[in-house]
Order: sequence, then structure tokens, then C-alpha cells
Amino acid sequence: METINLEDLFEAKLAKNEMIEPKDWMPENYRKHLIRQISQHAHSEIVGMLPEGNWITRAPSLRAKLILLAKVQDEGGHGLYLYTAAESLGITREEMLDALLTGKAKYSSIFNYPTLSWADVGAIGWLVDGAAIMNQVMLQRSSYGPYSRAMVRICKEESFHQRQGYEIMTQLSFGTSEQKEMAQDALNRWWYPTLMMFGPPDVESPNSENAIKWRIKRETNDQLRQRFINQTAVQVEFLGLVAPDKNLKWNEKKQGYDYSDPDWNEFKSVIKGNGICNKDRLLSRNNSHRNGEWVREAAIAYGKKQEQKQEQESKAA
Amino acid sequence: MNKDSQGELWEVFVQKKSGQPFVHCGNLHAYDKEMALQNARDLYTRRGEGMSLWIVLSSSIVASSPEDAGSFFDPSNDKIYRHPTFYQIPDGIGHM
Repeated sequence: METINLEDLFEAKLAKNEMIEPKDWMPENYRKHLIRQISQHAHSEIVGMLPEGNWITRAPSLRAKLILLAKVQDEGGHGLYLYTAAESLGITREEMLDALLTGKAKYSSIFNYPTLSWADVGAIGWLVDGAAIMNQVMLQRSSYGPYSRAMVRICKEESFHQRQGYEIMTQLSFGTSEQKEMAQDALNRWWYPTLMMFGPPDVESPNSENAIKWRIKRETNDQLRQRFINQTAVQVEFLGLVAPDKNLKWNEKKQGYDYSDPDWNEFKSVIKGNGICNKDRLLSRNNSHRNGEWVREAAIAYGKKQEQKQEQESKAA
Repeated sequence: MNKDSQGELWEVFVQKKSGQPFVHCGNLHAYDKEMALQNARDLYTRRGEGMSLWIVLSSSIVASSPEDAGSFFDPSNDKIYRHPTFYQIPDGIGHM
């Protein structure tokens, strides 16, 4: 019998732009890389509900409240899509949640910044979701089937998130001078943390090389960051606001904007756990997990009861 | 920390409109059938994606294995007479 080299088969599939599915053979490092990336992505969705959830009870109108609720509900759903995508690689939901709750797992550093005013809710939708969408549009063509399919659904649902954020920014920017100040202040605080979302510069990004090689990612951190800035600079201008970067200028030669790098030391420090809200976020997650324990217990008991009931009924029939 | 169960894994199929096939759209965790159905509605049909759902325990699905795809599906490749384009139809007999 002819022996087929599984690794060659895997490489051939990638070369032909075919998807890798859960039952396909894959190199152990590919699997590990995906588990890390997808579970971090899932955690980010779940922790990402906290800064916005902070404003649900204080939304300035019923309309704004309904929109924000729908958005936060979407983020919860996105977390669920991603957790099951990661589970298809052989890690359990319990293991992932445990890693999040004990602080072993990482999530996007952006969610360790506080939401101080209503304008922050606008800035998050516009900038943070905008950056996430840019990344996720690329990930729709990721080489791992379940991840790619989750991304397609997420992108479809997420397009309203960015628009509702920009709507808030527009209302504030064209409102009273106080409101415009709020919008400018939010932009000042969220601009650089948003740029950090794309990850460290390509020359210092430890995971990028494999991610590109395996087609998990199709573009590098710096490419995505540049595209985001090109797109966003015009939107800043429309609002009549000013990005907190004196070097932000159109560069005709490169057909893109020049910009200043964020403070990468701050980025590293936030990832290490020293951001303004790291402790608070972890505490909130742990509290809500603990407070939900009785719900899970009740659900298990109910599920078992239903099963027994059905068995009895099928015996009686 | 207490070890806690997240329920079993279920696969979700959505029918967009009556008459159309049920298409797999993803999966979720739930503790029983009814909860699986309700979770699927909340998770996968918030924007009119469908009007009918099928839910099945993931562990109940029987799947072919990718490694055997070659030999498993091979027999159909050489039977080109199964396709209508294999046959020549005389002119002048109308649509067939």
C-alpha cells in the first residue's frame, strides 16, 4: 500500500486554498496556534461585554438602550460561536473558561481600558468594533473551516455595531460644545489603544509568521493597521475632531497615511495585567460565573429530569 | 473552583424559508432538547435567518472520515453514464 505523508497532504490543501476541517489531520502546532487564537478571540468577545454593559443602565434614551442591549447580546453570541469553534480542536469549554477565570488566558488588551462617558460607547463601536471588523473580514478566509464560518456570521452581525458607534459620535460631535468635547476626549483616549488591537509591529510579532504560513491570517498586523488608519482618518475629519497624533498626514507616495506608533511599552504592560481595568474585568467575570452556578446546577437537574420523564413515557407507550 | 458542566454539544440546522433545505449553521451547548431549541433560536435566528430549526446531539452524527474520502467516494467517479450530458439526444424531438 502506498503511504501518504499526512503533512504533505495538509500542505497541499493549504496551497490549493482548501479549508482544514476538524477531523482532518493537522500539525500539532497548527492546532495549538488555533486553540490559542480562537479561545483568546472568544474571551475577548465575552470580556468585551463588560465595558459596554457598564452603560446599559445609563444610556441616554430608550432607543440607545435597546441598541446597546442588542449589541452586547451579539457579542455574547460571538463568544459562543468562537468557543465551539475552538472546541472542535479538542479543548473543552470548561478548560477555556477556567483559563479565563484564573487569568491564565489572554483577551484583547483594549477591554482593560475604562468607559468613562457615553462618548466612549460611541468610540468603542466606531473604533474598536471597526478595528475588530477589519481583522475579522480577513479571518473569514482563514484556513480553518469552523473559524472561518464563525467569522462569516460574526461579520454579518457586526456591521451594525460600527455604524451605531459612529452615529453616537456624530450626534455628539455636532451637538453642544460640551458634547463635542466629550467626543474629542473619547477619541483621544481610544485612538492608540485601538491601534494596538492589531498586535505588535510585524518585526516583533512572535506568532505572525506561522499564522501567515498556515493561512490562519492572510495579512500582517502592520498591513491591517495601515488600512484601518486610512479608512478612519477621513471619518475623524468628518466629525470635525482631531486624532491625537500630530504625524497623521496623507502620504501621496505610499497612498496611505503616515502615523505615530502607539506606545508599545504600554501595550506590553496592559497585556501583563497592569492595565487600568485588568483586575476589575477578571473579578467581574469570576463574580458572574460564581453567581450563575445555581443556574447551571438547576439546568443540569432539569435536563436529567426531562430525560427520565421521556424514558418513562417511552416505556409506558 | 468548582468543576462545572456546560451541557452537551448540539448541532443546529436552519431552514430559511418553507420548502428550502435545512442548512447546518453551527452548534451550541444545552442541558436538554428544549433548552437546545431555545438557545438555537436566541443564538442563530435573531435577524430572521429562519423560521424552522432542527437540533441534533453532536454525538449522534455519523460522519465519513476525511482520510478515506478518496476510496469511499471513488466508485462514483467512473460512472459518467449517471449524468445526462453522457447521452446524445436527436434533434427535433423538443425538450428532454
